[in-house]
Amino acid sequence: MSAAPARRDPPFSSRRIGAMVLRYAFLVRGSWPRIVEMAYWPTVQMVLWGFITLFLIGHSSFIAQAFGVLISGVLLWDVLFRGQLGVSMSFFEEMWSRNLGHLFVSPLRPYEMLVSLMVVSLIRTLIGLIPASLLALMFFGFSLYSLGVPLIGFFFNLIVMGWSIGFAVSGLVLRVGLGAESMAWAAIFAIAPICGIYYPVAVLPDWLQSVAFFLPASHVFEGMRAILVDGAFRSDLMINAILLNIAYLGVGMAAFLAFFRSARSSGVILQVGE
Amino acid sequence: MSESAIEVRNLAKRFGPVVAVDDVDFSVPTGGATALLGGNGAGKTTTISMLLGLLLPTAGSVSVLGEDMLRHRYRVLPRMNFSSPYVDLPRRLTAAENLQVYARLYGLSDIGRRLREVADAFDLGDVMDRRVASLSAGQKTRVALAKALINTPDLLLLDEPTASLDPDTADWVRGYLQDYRMERGATILLASQNMGEVERMCDDAIMMRAGRIVDRGAPTELVDRYGRDTLEEVFLDIARGRDRDGDERRAAR
Repeated sequence: MSAAPARRDPPFSSRRIGAMVLRYAFLVRGSWPRIVEMAYWPTVQMVLWGFITLFLIGHSSFIAQAFGVLISGVLLWDVLFRGQLGVSMSFFEEMWSRNLGHLFVSPLRPYEMLVSLMVVSLIRTLIGLIPASLLALMFFGFSLYSLGVPLIGFFFNLIVMGWSIGFAVSGLVLRVGLGAESMAWAAIFAIAPICGIYYPVAVLPDWLQSVAFFLPASHVFEGMRAILVDGAFRSDLMINAILLNIAYLGVGMAAFLAFFRSARSSGVILQVGE
Repeated sequence: MSESAIEVRNLAKRFGPVVAVDDVDFSVPTGGATALLGGNGAGKTTTISMLLGLLLPTAGSVSVLGEDMLRHRYRVLPRMNFSSPYVDLPRRLTAAENLQVYARLYGLSDIGRRLREVADAFDLGDVMDRRVASLSAGQKTRVALAKALINTPDLLLLDEPTASLDPDTADWVRGYLQDYRMERGATILLASQNMGEVERMCDDAIMMRAGRIVDRGAPTELVDRYGRDTLEEVFLDIARGRDRDGDERRAAR
């Protein structure tokens, strides 16, 4: 028999997070279509918007002035979109496979699970973004990396917003069941028209501009356009996005943990599955 | 060390108007093998879920390996494990990948050695590199049991551990679990519908019906008490609410 019980809670463990990342790596490694899919959709979107850009460049002074504004928009939008899907789809994998019961009687803590989902989402997003951005350079001569150092800030602000929404959606689906998994897609597309991916937030009605102010992504896309159109880095927009994201991440994690506790109360953890 | 591996006091679980577990008290001695018996809906799985901390009770307390499971479950989770037909291992991963992930989650140091041990113990050599989805029900059960023992737990909670196994393999698994318990001094709480399994493996049985404990004792004691020949007959008496009939039968003898 092993040693007497430890009298304090075991600390946060990067090893358990590594175990969960390994679990998702095994999943992807065993299915090449999953790897292809990660890069496929961002690339298709980029090619589509690249050709739209080529068409509009002769018809729009705005596009002619800032060649990469649409391609940058679509690639950065994909960071937000893939970031959220990376969290929620990885979590749904556990629900589909009816594995949550095993996971949550292991020493894995819910917040360690969330960190592992963030790591997996980051990897998945980079697998999608990097090939698409390189192909944009090859096909259309536009480098996303011309955004410079602020690109790092844009990337992390968008992916953190995606994680926050992903946590809330994952918790909700855990609580109410896989019948609500379409929320994973609906939640992110609901904000797409408001956050100014392809057009300035100023074109929105006043009341929607007020809503957009509370979306970190709208500050990121405004900041992106400031660099590409005006050649100026807007630190105020970056700070707004960071502050909003701190709140978003806190609320997203708190929502997941609250739904998780509610799921433990209602007994659904042992009932979820395909 | 606490004398009881599990201490349950006034445990209750209600789902709205439905009372799944109703003011249950019991303890399981360290190193003992106790069965939790009852028909469908008796409250066995709900009770086990609360012991694991997967389900929060409406009332009562649960102490496992000397720790309050409602407040400090992460102190004891590394020392316990479970197997249940209500949960699966990821189907797209191989048996070896699944066991490797859980070995890491439980913080094992020599993972390769432990995987070889459980593979040998459960005769998994030919299935370790196959996806769980491609395994037969019996093979999946053996992999699930290997996962349940991956961390050499002090406390094993087993829900129908041999349900999908052929009689030969089921018999072998029972023997393995008995040996494991004796060698490690481990505690086993077993929910099963197989009364032969309970008679062989358990020195104590808790009989549940409609969320309440209606009787408890060693399997042989229960058989005597109900004036029956087998534990299965006792189970049927209790599941069908024939305790009083049983009393009448005993009086007539």
